[in-house]
Amino acid sequence: MTASAIGRAMPRPEARRLVAGGGRYLDDHAERGELQACFLRSPLPHARFALDVAAAKTLPGVEAVLTASDLAAVCRPWRTESRSFPGLVSPRQAPLAEGRATWQGEPVAMVLAATRAIAEDAAEAILAEWEELPAVTAPEAALVPGAPPVHPGSETNRAWGATIGGGDPDAAFAAAALVVEERLVFTRHTGVPLEPRGALATWEPGTGALTVRLSHQMPHQMRLHLAEQLGLPVNRVRVICSDVGGGFGIKMHVYQDEMAVAAAARLLGRPVRWVSDRMEALLADIHAREHVVTARMAVDAEGRILGFDLHDLQGLGAYSVYPRSSTVEAISVVRSIGAPYRFAHGRARVDSVLQNKVATGQYRAVGAPVGCAVTERLVDKAARARGEDPLAFRARNLLRTAEMPWVNPFGAAQHGMDHHAVLETAKALIDLPALQAEIEAGRAAGRLLGLGLAFTVEYTASGPAVYGAGHVAVAATDTVVATLEPTGEISAQASITEIGQGITQGLAQVLADAVGVAPEAVRVGAGDTQAAPHGGGAWASRGAAIGGEAAWGAGRALRAQLLEAAGALLQAAPDSLDIREGVVTDAAGAARMTLAELGTLMLFRGHEMPKGVTPGLSATFHYRREQDVTLANNGLQAALVEIDGETGLVRVLRHWMVGDCGRVLNPLLVDGQYRGGVAQGIGEALLEACRYDAESGQFLSGTLADYLLPMATDIPDIALAHVEVPYAGSAVGAKGAGESGTCGAPAAILNAVNDALLAAGGGVVTELPIHPVAVLRALGRLA
Amino acid sequence: MLPPDEPLAEIACTVNGRRVAGRAPLRQTLVEWLRTELGLTGSHVGCAHGVCGACHIRLDGAVVRGCLVLAVQADGSAVETIEAATGPEVAALREAFVAHAGLQCGFCTPGMILQAAELLQREPSPSREAIRDHLSGNYCRCTGYHQIVDAVASAAAALQSGGVEGA
Amino acid sequence: MTPARFAYARPTTLEEALGILARGGEEAAPLAGGQSLMPMMAMRVARPALLVDLNRVAGLDAIALEGGVLRIGAMARHAAVLAHPLVAAEAPLLPRALEEVAHPAIRNRGTLGGSLALADPAAELPACMVALDATIVLASAGGERRVPAADFFQGLYATARRSDELLLRVEIPRAAGWTPWFAEVARRRGDYALAGLAVMARCTAGRIVEARLGFCGVEAAPRRLPAVEAALVAGEDAASRLPALLEPLGSAEAPAGYRLHLAQVLLRRATEALHAAA
Repeated sequence: MTASAIGRAMPRPEARRLVAGGGRYLDDHAERGELQACFLRSPLPHARFALDVAAAKTLPGVEAVLTASDLAAVCRPWRTESRSFPGLVSPRQAPLAEGRATWQGEPVAMVLAATRAIAEDAAEAILAEWEELPAVTAPEAALVPGAPPVHPGSETNRAWGATIGGGDPDAAFAAAALVVEERLVFTRHTGVPLEPRGALATWEPGTGALTVRLSHQMPHQMRLHLAEQLGLPVNRVRVICSDVGGGFGIKMHVYQDEMAVAAAARLLGRPVRWVSDRMEALLADIHAREHVVTARMAVDAEGRILGFDLHDLQGLGAYSVYPRSSTVEAISVVRSIGAPYRFAHGRARVDSVLQNKVATGQYRAVGAPVGCAVTERLVDKAARARGEDPLAFRARNLLRTAEMPWVNPFGAAQHGMDHHAVLETAKALIDLPALQAEIEAGRAAGRLLGLGLAFTVEYTASGPAVYGAGHVAVAATDTVVATLEPTGEISAQASITEIGQGITQGLAQVLADAVGVAPEAVRVGAGDTQAAPHGGGAWASRGAAIGGEAAWGAGRALRAQLLEAAGALLQAAPDSLDIREGVVTDAAGAARMTLAELGTLMLFRGHEMPKGVTPGLSATFHYRREQDVTLANNGLQAALVEIDGETGLVRVLRHWMVGDCGRVLNPLLVDGQYRGGVAQGIGEALLEACRYDAESGQFLSGTLADYLLPMATDIPDIALAHVEVPYAGSAVGAKGAGESGTCGAPAAILNAVNDALLAAGGGVVTELPIHPVAVLRALGRLA
Repeated sequence: MLPPDEPLAEIACTVNGRRVAGRAPLRQTLVEWLRTELGLTGSHVGCAHGVCGACHIRLDGAVVRGCLVLAVQADGSAVETIEAATGPEVAALREAFVAHAGLQCGFCTPGMILQAAELLQREPSPSREAIRDHLSGNYCRCTGYHQIVDAVASAAAALQSGGVEGA
Repeated sequence: MTPARFAYARPTTLEEALGILARGGEEAAPLAGGQSLMPMMAMRVARPALLVDLNRVAGLDAIALEGGVLRIGAMARHAAVLAHPLVAAEAPLLPRALEEVAHPAIRNRGTLGGSLALADPAAELPACMVALDATIVLASAGGERRVPAADFFQGLYATARRSDELLLRVEIPRAAGWTPWFAEVARRRGDYALAGLAVMARCTAGRIVEARLGFCGVEAAPRRLPAVEAALVAGEDAASRLPALLEPLGSAEAPAGYRLHLAQVLLRRATEALHAAA
């Protein structure tokens, strides 16, 4: 028996290229004769405008200056709609705003020139008259009677609202022995993949073919939208995403600027390149997680959670992001409320409101960090009110595996999860008694130390119903095509995309086991719609859970084909043969022929193949999960923080995470996903904020000196442990891993800071990111 | 094609050990010139305002932000980029970054490796804190830094034990 | 994010540089390390018509001790100043502050003179020069001019430098018997200070007998605060005087009240540390 490739900590072969500077990201590609684009963007959150582009057009090196009407000739507008969000208010959008800009940063004109610098000169030379209109930026302001409409003519700034829940929350709260309540404010932040977004579009007029290079997570989705908006047959559009320098959800959406690049290439018949600069990225990439959540939790006399009742006010920006809709984030918040725990009653009122800001969208872990922070804050508060150890309170309320499948009042489903195994593993990892002694000793010496815990549940690997039920064209099925090379190696193409998470290596390991070859003999490609089959790309932590199944299915199908061919050649029943380490063997393991020999016969000496043997060198598997709308993963995070009581600064001293993502394809890669996710959660908790001026609505976080990202000195070592409960409904058994680190870190940090504050006799902080001024105020040390 | 009125600079310098001569728009940064004129796309532009560190190169031996130096300022200088950066530290770091998954998307990696190599030249056995401190101007969004620190510490150990080829 | 067009000159001698600068007038900008000017140009916040690149001017980066005065050339790079044994011996305040200046790659290129001439309110080195009682030596075609650091920094990005002048060097008096103290508070390592404090104190017999200080990140520019220095010497609660004296800046991430609070925290920490060292 050969060692399984699945589960092995293997470095990615691609990493060798990347460490040598051999990465090929969007901006590393060029087309002869290309024009460089730059956008004039609205400097105001809400304004009517008139443009005079005559002078800009005359600058030497400028090829064209395009406005909304120019691109309207080749590009149709789009509108975000979903049957899942009936009545959603989100007007039509075109690549360039026409006459009125509804958010600061919205593109209003596009310059095409010989160099980016000249394009920027020309953008400055556009004579623009701006008539400032009243703007709404804070979500609380959007629904106030008399608030200026974000879109003139609409009666309300409520884009969508709903009440979700079940059980009898009123009765539960009336009967509760204890009700804890909190209002938590979550400030917008954004993903900041280090490679910015961009597009390089080439139009081939002879065949009417459009090729667009993007830095994007879902090439097939974009191919469809490019074809739809530009009125092209979809099979004449090719989207290529080569190396992608991080995505995190930022690169899942249809953006006006990227669409404008393709439209301009079509209009002008010249290749057009645009790469977002960092200031554009901070302003115009989707933001995420702007919520004001008022929540209460009912607990009975024995310390059992009875239910939750909450209101989530979500700021979604000027438009609901296309095509997925920004409202998904609020749903994700609600599904995460109370998720690890047993409760029977729930009511959540959601109001998603329009604002004169860039749209919010699905950033890593979507609404789960918000829902987790709300839940875990309430849980800590309840435990404290009961005078109880917060872990004991949690342990009592954690769902048990025997209770599953479990569907909670918010409709969130869990199956086959072991929260208690996570808890026990965490106790061993953290060594709680020693840590608590350390904290007590530190406090005795005057240090403001705090420990925070957060159990997480995250709904990953969304199945077809998630967007399909809304009739939104988002693929939740994925496909792998596996091919035997005549030299015995396996090449494959996956619809899952590689954005740095290393999934192509994970899929190679699955294929290796499925076919019976060494993982080093497998290479998986992705990202080019001309080569890769249809599928969803990289979203909702689907690479291993869905892509892995597609790879397994393709590998097994290819193996069956190869055994059929080998059996015919060797005059043996296929099921009496095996493939091990790239060699066809008999049942006892004796070598009969190599896959190289088999492949060579099948490809080059087909005349020697027995008559009637039909299998080919390639197999395709299209994986569609039929049960379980999502696959919930679970975990526990803990953070030890120290507050400087004089400056209010918070330092994370240590962080722990136990996660269960089912079968681990490659621990080296999963560990990286967990730790990277935790770091983003720490950034969300302590540093990252998209701030807007309260008066003018002006964006204040427009550079990386203003938008504070966690650096190496802001993140501690992150200790990990795995619980591995494979998903029983699939062959490989993986669940999502990519976002769970981000789910729990903000809650753990929030609880840790409040633990330190309360131990010092202070109040609590209730706003993320936790600002040092709020910490000092909670300590009563700053007015 | 550049319009005739765009001011240009003549540049003659050594890049990765080879003499090169060419022109650049005066206002072009060194990293842009290396990327577009010389095809050395291993140095990346992550922010263009000197914060992220993805554009790090060696200029006359010192690691600098390639987006904060004009191409014309490299005239007469020696430039090294990740593609051909020399020294045992770089070799050891490349190996260690691969082995420890000290990278995911790889966009920050060239800058990280050059920055870490400078540290190892100065301080052969840095603590994890010293590694974090020296890399504090290099932004990585993917890894959470832990495995980058693992990689640098492991490269340091490998160099100390003499186990690096190409040294 | 690309600079607007500019003309460029790369003088190799001081005379040449000063001549170009004089002809360029207000539209000319000296380019030292470029670690602040280049981002401002990339954002087109700064758009000089003429860049006068000082990086090839010979002799502007010397570090030497002459006649009891430490002279540091304006083009000395932060990393060189940080590592120089003379600086460590004669002005140990500077290495302490330089450790907090940005990040290694910035320090490899950024210069002392560039930082002083820019006079960013949050920058560490201007405050150090005030505390060190340094003299800023300027040169123009008309000759040299010497300005005490306390007079040099005049406001937000405003200094006593005329547009036809270049910083030549700083001169720092020897400070035998003086104890340096520097600390700053920043959200992240290497960020510009929310508040920073540079102090030079002469201590005898367990008490401070003379003190000079300068804040960074708090006000528009660092300045001496005689009343606070006197309070330090008198052993009074110097920090309590700050609210009446300081005019703190405010920003999205650091409101004025917070900066004032941090200034007080730093001054108390300095007082405690200096007394402990005295």
